[in-house]
Amino acid sequence: MPQTPMADKPLLTVRNMSISFSSPDEADIEAVRQVDLTLTPGKTLALVGESGCGKSVTARAVLRLLDKNAVIPSGEILFDTGQGAVDIAQLKPDSLAMRSIRGAEISMIFQEPMSSLSPVHTIGDQIDEIIILHDRVSPKQARERTVALLDQVGVPGARDRANAYPFELSGGLRQRAMIAMALACTPKLLIADEPTTALDVTTQAQILDLLRQLQDDYGMAMLFITHDLGVVAEVADDIAVMYLGDVVEQGDVYEVFRSPKHPYTQALMNSVPRLSRKADRQRLSPIKGTVPSPRDRPAGCAFTSRCPHAFAPCPDQRPERTQLSAGHVARCHLLTREPAEALA
Amino acid sequence: MTTLLSVENLSKVFTLGGGLFGKGRDLVALNDINLTVEQGETLAIVGESGCGKTTLGRCIIKALSVTSGHVRYHPEGGETVDLTTLNKREIKPFRRDIRMIFQDPMSSLNPNMRVFDIVAEPLRIHKLLRGKDLEARVYDTLAKVGIAADAAGRYPHAFSGGQRQRIGIARALVLDPRLVIADEAVSALDVSIQAQVLNLLDDLKADFGLTYIFISHDLGVVNYIADRVVVMYLGHVVENAPTEMLFERPRHPYTEMLLEALPIADPTRRKGRRTELKGEIPYLGNRPQGCPFHTRCKYAQDRCRSEKPALHAINGTAQQAACHFAETLELTGAYDAPQKAIA
Repeated sequence: MPQTPMADKPLLTVRNMSISFSSPDEADIEAVRQVDLTLTPGKTLALVGESGCGKSVTARAVLRLLDKNAVIPSGEILFDTGQGAVDIAQLKPDSLAMRSIRGAEISMIFQEPMSSLSPVHTIGDQIDEIIILHDRVSPKQARERTVALLDQVGVPGARDRANAYPFELSGGLRQRAMIAMALACTPKLLIADEPTTALDVTTQAQILDLLRQLQDDYGMAMLFITHDLGVVAEVADDIAVMYLGDVVEQGDVYEVFRSPKHPYTQALMNSVPRLSRKADRQRLSPIKGTVPSPRDRPAGCAFTSRCPHAFAPCPDQRPERTQLSAGHVARCHLLTREPAEALA
Repeated sequence: MTTLLSVENLSKVFTLGGGLFGKGRDLVALNDINLTVEQGETLAIVGESGCGKTTLGRCIIKALSVTSGHVRYHPEGGETVDLTTLNKREIKPFRRDIRMIFQDPMSSLNPNMRVFDIVAEPLRIHKLLRGKDLEARVYDTLAKVGIAADAAGRYPHAFSGGQRQRIGIARALVLDPRLVIADEAVSALDVSIQAQVLNLLDDLKADFGLTYIFISHDLGVVNYIADRVVVMYLGHVVENAPTEMLFERPRHPYTEMLLEALPIADPTRRKGRRTELKGEIPYLGNRPQGCPFHTRCKYAQDRCRSEKPALHAINGTAQQAACHFAETLELTGAYDAPQKAIA
């Protein structure tokens, strides 16, 4: 373990993790390539990228919730349980050790609460189940905790609402119920996979507020997956930008937004319409082309085919992680090569 | 500016349930909507789910029949027509002029048709062109939206979301329309693709001399693309104003709430806790008495609970709002959000 001050002792360290998917009649696809992530208690890391970049798969790997045809061929996922570190990558997905972490130490909330909650059980029963399973308490005690949890996440009339089925609740309330369920065993790490994407803006703002407040209360680490740079700017302490399976840039959120160094990060930021007056409005500069299939990804930098600055080494040589300042890292040849060579 | 389309006192009521015995319950999706669309402008209609923005778009092209009110279309050099009074045959020529782009490019393209046929279908239905001319027009339109001619023989599944949306746009534009209703046309797309499609819509507007009704929930996109914004809440128009006026100083508390909730892609403008954002949209079936927004409004007074405010011009400007206190409330806009200290 790296020696770091107590306050910043990482809770979860993902090191050099790759994930590949096999298929009976095609070559394996490496969906995620050598990703490094660090999660610290009380801090939020936002994992950003467009559809298919591997952000959800990365999160699921941490909980070992990947499909059967997925393997983690290299790398480690070190989780600090309090009694030493466990390498989650080495655990069997259905082992006792993994099951005692999943849902209790690390839990997850999903994008669509309607499809991730059971439609035939009341939300109270669904939350009770987790508490009973992990903490071995009586159903009555479990229900008390459930009601307290629902109350805490801002479900009005918690005791009655615990008897409601998901379809009886609005989208915002369902997401609150989902959050209550994730918090049932006071996890150390909460993974939120696009938790507000399906919600209206005012509801989204409420849920983001709630997550921030709960983080302050519980001091948990949060891995926040989103495609919305606005949401990232609101909630994140750190950001990791993914493109086609690579983390191309990561670092402090203020620093990365102020001076993005990877061409993809820069392009992504220029694709979002700024809230500006008509006189200051600039035409958007979108990224040309579309994301290639992971099968067509070049051996070098994944962004080569769409990068305005691509030059000789890009398609074949994978750019190394380049440290730009404390904690700010990017993978781009422009950062290591001579500018003259880059411009040629 | 000349008015292209005017919506007058439009209401739409859906009846739920009901049957042999007893009437169903009425759900007022649109309540007395008045607005005009000027030639050449981009009019955005914004609001959260269930506010009636999509229903309004559908009522305008008569994909839904209206319960009461009028949709008057004023074609250039033609006679004004009330679209709501036309029957199926009579409305057909106007469907050439008013076209729609849908949100989900996956479900709005027929998976069993080749792209060429998808784009050619409107021309065939309207019996406008045949043979070589039709082919030329289809390829020309596809080229304008950035789809290569050699892709025209493929099926929709072979395309990415952004390309599919371009095909949907080509299908709308192949008839050379005057007015395009884009219903959440970029919402399902990734940001980089969304930017491409927004720029495309911008370019096409100039090329074809189009007028847009841009239905969206994303105020960032609306600020970028729209000339004027109509804000809807629970089937009512609560504010109607030129984009810059609305974002500079909203006149309806709901607009302020929407702007307050909007996440801005700049951590130095982080908003912190927004305790003022309260409550959820009430179910349409039990709409509150008085002002529809009073249950969530932090400025609500007794008058708001009993008396429904009318949409009116603010101090004689182009900005209209339906709030009793629109003239006096000091509401916060989105451009000059307060700078929060970096934590």
